[in-house]
Amino acid sequence: MQKEEKQVLDGMVPEDILQRWETRGVSRRDFMKFCSVMTATLALPVTMMGKIAEAIEGDNRPPVLWMEFLGCTGDTEAFLRANQPTATEIILDYLSIDYHETIMAAAGHQAEAAKRQTMEKYKGKYIAIVEGSIPTAEGGIHCTVGGDSALNIVREVCGNAAATIAVGSCASFGGIPAAAPNPTAAISVSKAVPGATVMNLPGCPLNATNLTAAIVHFLTFGKLPATDSLGRPKFAYGKRIHDNCERRAHFDAGQYAEGFGDAGHRQGWCLYKLGCKGPETFHNCPTVRYNEGTSWPVQAGHGCIGCSEPQFWDTMTPFYERLPNVPGFGIEATADKIGLGIAAATAVAFGAHGVASALRKDDNSDTDPVEKEG
Amino acid sequence: MLQIRYVWEWPVRLTHWFNVISIIALAVTGIYIGNPNISVPETGSFVMGWMRMVHFGFAYLFSVSVIVRLLWMFIGNEYASWRAFMPWLTKEGWSHIVGTFCYYTFLRRKVPYVVGHNALAAMAYSFVFLLFAVQVISGFSLYGQYDPNGLWASVTAPFLSLFGNQVLRLTHHMITWLLIGFAIHHVYSAWLMDVKEKNGTLSSIFGGYKFIDPKDL
Repeated sequence: MQKEEKQVLDGMVPEDILQRWETRGVSRRDFMKFCSVMTATLALPVTMMGKIAEAIEGDNRPPVLWMEFLGCTGDTEAFLRANQPTATEIILDYLSIDYHETIMAAAGHQAEAAKRQTMEKYKGKYIAIVEGSIPTAEGGIHCTVGGDSALNIVREVCGNAAATIAVGSCASFGGIPAAAPNPTAAISVSKAVPGATVMNLPGCPLNATNLTAAIVHFLTFGKLPATDSLGRPKFAYGKRIHDNCERRAHFDAGQYAEGFGDAGHRQGWCLYKLGCKGPETFHNCPTVRYNEGTSWPVQAGHGCIGCSEPQFWDTMTPFYERLPNVPGFGIEATADKIGLGIAAATAVAFGAHGVASALRKDDNSDTDPVEKEG
Repeated sequence: MLQIRYVWEWPVRLTHWFNVISIIALAVTGIYIGNPNISVPETGSFVMGWMRMVHFGFAYLFSVSVIVRLLWMFIGNEYASWRAFMPWLTKEGWSHIVGTFCYYTFLRRKVPYVVGHNALAAMAYSFVFLLFAVQVISGFSLYGQYDPNGLWASVTAPFLSLFGNQVLRLTHHMITWLLIGFAIHHVYSAWLMDVKEKNGTLSSIFGGYKFIDPKDL
């Protein structure tokens, strides 16, 4: 009994921290919710909640430089709408974001000077967050900020950072700007700065909860969470969408929506035949969801398009078909029609050959020693 | 005098029939998995679940069967040997290739008489073994995705990162159709040779024996 009590105590958020957040206008309930969401998202035991609360409270919060290149600001939008109990307040107010083109008050040379100051003062200690891919064609002229190319900026800023977080599919893998034919030769952050410690948070947009959780992990443990071979944190990208999908029972049963709005679709059946890429996409969308955990594409009735996978615009299309088109054949030609054609052509060819062979009477092997009847 | 010759040893026959059963089961379940078209009104059903279960079970059987047959190429008799599958390596093999090709295209009257595989068939089987290998690798790459930290995922990671899973999926799918085409051709050719060579080609894959007249060789 005593042991159990102690474990609960270990997970508790210290009273004085809760009081300090209350004076800042964040209710105890909201702060507790935030800490528990972060603990759960990171798949940490509940006993870590107290540690997380202390880490967010601590005075060693690193400054953040947020840079935007070839992207649509969708990740910024997703992050600013993060509303797991006032995460915006917790992160934006108490994590010092020293440079962020969309939200900073400073402009022009003033903003550039603030960035440079942070880089020099906190060299090797700040966190760099990059949104959008880096164009490299023609010396990188396709994206310049403050008179310098994105390639130069990202190399300098990420090269001197404690850690770099690539947010969204563009920064992580090149995304839509890098889709074929990739006219600006756009590349991901990890390719642009090969030496830097880069963690990828792909998604179009990324899930703000995952970014917040990654930062909380950094604050709590002093390092970024464990990543897979594609540089994605395992807590968020360690499972297939398909394996956590709420429509999975319909998949296993064999019940599929055949078209948008048909009887199966209205009953919430599996979207596999409508081209859902959940079976080949690794993300925690089904468990974390978007917009206050309200919903996510498959719940809303649209198949996954695999937006967090590398080169999704090239590899996951057509979005509404299971298989890619076969190169060299028309748009309408599906793999099965071609396959059936191959099988039918084989049968016809050998059938004809068989008729011709049956009519040949003089090609038998010698059968002298065998007595034939008739 | 006709001689009775033991051509196909039991591991050759056994793996052949394991392959036949597996390919039929894998093709039927695989085509369903690619395009599920059985109407399932009961929510408590497990149609796709069973199809995948059967597919994965036969995938293991097929893989073991192919591996055993590949090993037997180095253990078995001359008809099972890897040399038999590469007729292009010898001069005699080349004459058989040309001869069989001419027979099939009606340019030559007599079929070149051989004990084991004819040269064109052997070349077709080499290609089919290549297709088998691609099927096994692409199949287990896709299968392994259920557990990214598991054994299969770590073994097949290079293929996934090199080709991407959608390309592997399409390849896996198209090769199924190529193998269906091969099966049609294979059964036809076996029948043709059974009729023309009159040496028990069709029954030899059940019993292993062929009836050979050395004068015809």
